[in-house]
Amino acid sequence: MTEFSDHEETAYEALSLDADDPRWAFGTGFSDPLAGIDTSVPENVDAADLTAYCLMLGDDALVLSHRLQQWITRLPELEEEAAVANVALDLLGQARLLLSRAAAAEGSGRSEDDYAYRREQHEFLNVRLVERADADFAEMVTRLLIFSAFRLAVLQRLRDSRDPVLAAIAAKATNEVTYHRDYAAGWVVRLGDGTEGSHDRMVAALDAVWPYVDELFRTGDVERRLTGVAVDPGEVRNEVETVLEQVFSEAGLKRPDVPPAALVSGRAGREGVHTEALSYILAELQSVARSHPGAEW
Amino acid sequence: MSEEAAVVNGSPAVAELEQHFEDTVAHDRRIEPRDWMPEAYRRTMIRQISQHAHSEIIGMQPEGNWITRAPSLRRKAILLAKVQDEAGHGMYLYSAAETLGADRADLTQKLMTGAQKYSSIFNYPTLTFADVGVIGWLVDGAAICNQVPLCRSSYGPYARAMVRICKEESFHQRQGFELLMTMMRGTPAQRAMVQDAVNRWWWPSLMMFGPPDNESPNTAQSMHWRIKRHTNDELRQRFVDMTAPQAEALGVTLPDPELRWHPDRQHYDFGAVDWDELKRVVAGNGPCNAQRVTARRAAHEGGAWVREAALAHAAKQRARARQVAA
Repeated sequence: MTEFSDHEETAYEALSLDADDPRWAFGTGFSDPLAGIDTSVPENVDAADLTAYCLMLGDDALVLSHRLQQWITRLPELEEEAAVANVALDLLGQARLLLSRAAAAEGSGRSEDDYAYRREQHEFLNVRLVERADADFAEMVTRLLIFSAFRLAVLQRLRDSRDPVLAAIAAKATNEVTYHRDYAAGWVVRLGDGTEGSHDRMVAALDAVWPYVDELFRTGDVERRLTGVAVDPGEVRNEVETVLEQVFSEAGLKRPDVPPAALVSGRAGREGVHTEALSYILAELQSVARSHPGAEW
Repeated sequence: MSEEAAVVNGSPAVAELEQHFEDTVAHDRRIEPRDWMPEAYRRTMIRQISQHAHSEIIGMQPEGNWITRAPSLRRKAILLAKVQDEAGHGMYLYSAAETLGADRADLTQKLMTGAQKYSSIFNYPTLTFADVGVIGWLVDGAAICNQVPLCRSSYGPYARAMVRICKEESFHQRQGFELLMTMMRGTPAQRAMVQDAVNRWWWPSLMMFGPPDNESPNTAQSMHWRIKRHTNDELRQRFVDMTAPQAEALGVTLPDPELRWHPDRQHYDFGAVDWDELKRVVAGNGPCNAQRVTARRAAHEGGAWVREAALAHAAKQRARARQVAA
């Protein structure tokens, strides 16, 4: 038998049972994302409001990450496989931090997984924009551009939140979402400017996604009460629209002339009233966890 | 001496180049992309590297199948990061193949038409979340046994790629094992799920090392060229020896009644692998061959308009830049 070299022995030893488990990609090496951080609720802040606000931002990230996860192995190039997985992973990491912040603020002993896997549809507080199944790559990058431009504007302000935990989460997420926005903008320009066919697809994608833009900027009671802690989404509208106009102009695209998606009894995503798509997302997301109540993974 | 000069000078120069190549390999030095190499070596390396790249890319499918349903957010992040690593390995390996004059688009075509193969293991289905852990433990474990010696491959770019890939693979292997440990400490249903997955993946994992030595005609040449360092049967034994104690630690039974420690040999004995099954899967008749290749083709062809648009945009940009300059 041929000898195994020293170098090989070392590498095989790395497979032994007691090798340590350092952090690799963010969020893979720990089960409590906020371990060791002071998560007490700041003075004069309503804990229920803070919980709801963290769920809003956390659910946005969780649901859009899910839609991006569905693209893995289906993308046009390997570079896009790596990039989209990266965005999905960043958003998942943000969701974990925000859901954990919600849990700590609520003080009920729930975990990030309790929120993700054991809530019903009407308890999810994400905007409806993140729910649609993408018809094609053009829709995926269009939604990602709009969502990232919006989220980035919110996160930049949230860095000054009176809640130090939210401020720290926002500071980390700002860098990530800047990359997401630029990645998506690059593709919107390429597809808008590229061929006649890709331009037509971009026009169709914008028409499909745009009705859900208006909802992003609705200010709810929670944000209104959380002055200095939350960001009023109405305040970021001009900034977001300016960014989008710049990208559209570079891409040879026009802002679509389509009306906002109607509310349902005056309510939308932030009030727990969603599109039909969300229950399918939850059925998929929660299927294994719900078949094994009480199991640890 | 350049290849051109060798051709001009005729066969004596080629003999000299061949001698230099042989010496380089025999002294365990590396062959680099600009070095002269025999055509057969180049062809063999392109085949070896591109099949490895294809395996990374096709391997994303069985694991990607569980990303959206991973039952905890931490497990979801681990799995997503792992599948992303595989895309990275694929790109890295296609680049290594391109240093030999191959072209990624052409290699992708060969994968989709079946002209080139990928690891037979990915033609089996992932049926429960336990499969994610078992793939990490057994399939990545077997892959590492195969790949660690390739860190000393005579072809420089491949050897260097393999160092990085092995590091990440061993991380994946530990994460898979850790998932199984957690599940084995869990509910009876979780333990049954793990055992069922082990039963389904054990034998196909042993097949990953290829046919037995007496049916592996290329092994001698590959070992001479130092692009293979151990025979299939040696590596298979190594894997069994490494894995059997891990199975015990986990509390699962490997589905082989003949598996037992042999004190004289200082190795585990194990039962006969069903080589006919491997032949059927390699020939295209595994449970998922058609599904895997169809999915790869659908992604590639479905994305053609995106790649065309990107090229068209780049061409327009260049034209606009020229106009501005003029």
